[in-house]
Amino acid sequence: MEVRLFATLREKREKVVDVPWTPGLDGYALLGTLGIAPEDVAIFLINGVHHRLDAPLNAEDVVALFPPVGGG
Amino acid sequence: MATSYCGKILRINLSNKTCRVEELDLELAEKFIGGRGLGTKLYMDEVCPTVDALSPENKVVIISGPLTGTATPTGCRYMVVTKSPLTGMIASSNSGGKWGAVLKYAGYDAIILEGKAETPCYVNIVDDKVELLDAAHLWGTTVETCKHTLEEAHKGASVLNIGPAGETLSLVAAVMNEGERAAGRSGVGAVVGSKNLKAICVTATTRSVMPVYDTEALKAVTSKCMAKIKENGVTGAGLPTYGTAVLVNIINQVGAYPTRNWQHSYDENADATSGETLKEKHLVKNGFCHRCPIGCGRIVEIDGKHVGGPEYETIWGFGSNCGITDLEYINRANLMCNEMGNDTISVSCTIAAAMELYQKGYIKEEECEGVPLIWGNGEAIVVWTERMGRGETALGKLMAQGSHRLCEHYGHPEIAMVVKKQELPAYDARGIQGIGITYATSNRGGCHVRGYMIAPEILGSPEALERTAIDDKHVWAKIFQDLTAVIDSSGLCLFTSFALGAAEYAELINAATGTNYDVNSLLEAGERVYNLERVFNQKAGMDPSEDTLPKRLLEEPIAHGVSKGHLSRLDEMLPKYYEARGWENAFPTQATLERLGL
Repeated sequence: MEVRLFATLREKREKVVDVPWTPGLDGYALLGTLGIAPEDVAIFLINGVHHRLDAPLNAEDVVALFPPVGGG
Repeated sequence: MATSYCGKILRINLSNKTCRVEELDLELAEKFIGGRGLGTKLYMDEVCPTVDALSPENKVVIISGPLTGTATPTGCRYMVVTKSPLTGMIASSNSGGKWGAVLKYAGYDAIILEGKAETPCYVNIVDDKVELLDAAHLWGTTVETCKHTLEEAHKGASVLNIGPAGETLSLVAAVMNEGERAAGRSGVGAVVGSKNLKAICVTATTRSVMPVYDTEALKAVTSKCMAKIKENGVTGAGLPTYGTAVLVNIINQVGAYPTRNWQHSYDENADATSGETLKEKHLVKNGFCHRCPIGCGRIVEIDGKHVGGPEYETIWGFGSNCGITDLEYINRANLMCNEMGNDTISVSCTIAAAMELYQKGYIKEEECEGVPLIWGNGEAIVVWTERMGRGETALGKLMAQGSHRLCEHYGHPEIAMVVKKQELPAYDARGIQGIGITYATSNRGGCHVRGYMIAPEILGSPEALERTAIDDKHVWAKIFQDLTAVIDSSGLCLFTSFALGAAEYAELINAATGTNYDVNSLLEAGERVYNLERVFNQKAGMDPSEDTLPKRLLEEPIAHGVSKGHLSRLDEMLPKYYEARGWENAFPTQATLERLGL
């Protein structure tokens, strides 16, 4: 499963990580695999759509993770 | 009793070279707060809304807020209020840096410019001494050269000036201060240029912070606000680390990142121009405005010199919107914009519109005079920025009038991505519904900082809203617009609103001025400002049909990416928005005006 990391979540990690999908995988489990604390993630996108971290994931999903950021 | 207002307005008549200090009506100041609100009120009381924006009869109000120059986080902002030559409607362009605070330290809340000088001149203010001086040697100089020359001539002065773009009456010219801070939008620089005024230098010798109504109360609420700003993930970490350009990847990942003049909404190469890449490859250090604890500014190196780097809108405008993937060219185009004294959003978007006109064969190669307007041509974004700024080449002169007039000239107004003739910023309103209602109803035309719906719709602040739904977006848009009008009037930076809410702004303003605002009355003050601006537009001849979006956003669904198939649903949101505002057919009803004391 393709996971795209942005901003500080890239530090000491690759920009794009390939994570093996397993049945029942959700956002929390995914973050556990990557060693990222849930509180460090402010924006959790599945295929470009915002979701909560307890959303289930499919093998073909593309996930994007962002810490708290903003601008204008 | 002390208050953070100076209580003084400096009126400069450029026609007869007179300067006069007038008392500020403090009751009026409290009702309209300052900055954008009070500036609009002072302007409207003196100028006929149908005035030709570039005529001597137009005036310019340059005005601080009650928190400008106080010891509050980001207390440095000023506003330039006038009639826009670009939109024909109200213009109020905001800038940071230090100049606005120094104006208050020197003893003035505002400057009103009127008339037109016979020959180029500049103003030099040292506390209560004001003189008009010859600017023949400065006319034609870039923003940085002019600033440097004046800093040498008047040691310790803070300099506000225009560049070649303002002098040549480019309708997208900015007013600049400290070289790279810009009151950027709506062509306010052209209005200053039309008066033959090149610069205003200000030196304050007796104070470096404003006295306030209740020093202890302000200290306490400032301390609370500073803690919130530091602890907030956006203002305490995201913005300082990556600047505003961290948005490049976020907006692109949701498929709402306008690309090649909004023909697409996703750029597979966007990461090459992102805030992350800017930090990794170009960032020298952060840039800070006066009294700012955030430091979103980017300092980059170009040809061995440390200069202001691009922010999000600029990276997008010169980047993906022009098909550019090399930050080096974007940095140079940004610098050129600053040197010319032009608005980076309107300039880059006009170049993008010209590139689409070229792509479709409407602009011919021979018109490009050696620098074709081809997507991805890095040289083109730099060269055409300079040509627009200096008014060079026939096409450059035309482009300097903005994309609306450019595309009309070629018979294809649908290519101009504008609202009320002003270029739209970097969020596709087909994929993010709420930002569309604030674009369409912005009193100064296409703009994202008149109600930043991206905060709830994309960033989840203060709470997450589904970006493709319309639900209660009209209500959110109204509240965001009203709160923004308050912040723009206060003298603080809009970015504080990631960490602070209306309650904190009320506490800060009350402690500084002695007012008794609570959340409701403060938001009502913001609503008053928003309605006042709308009344100006009505009297200036705005047609209700101008509360709309470009045809492309209403009729052409997004073609690719994760937001594929979406269109703006403005027609469903607009009637509900007018109802929430107490407006009929785009304008306030008599009952609404009376309720707001207008």
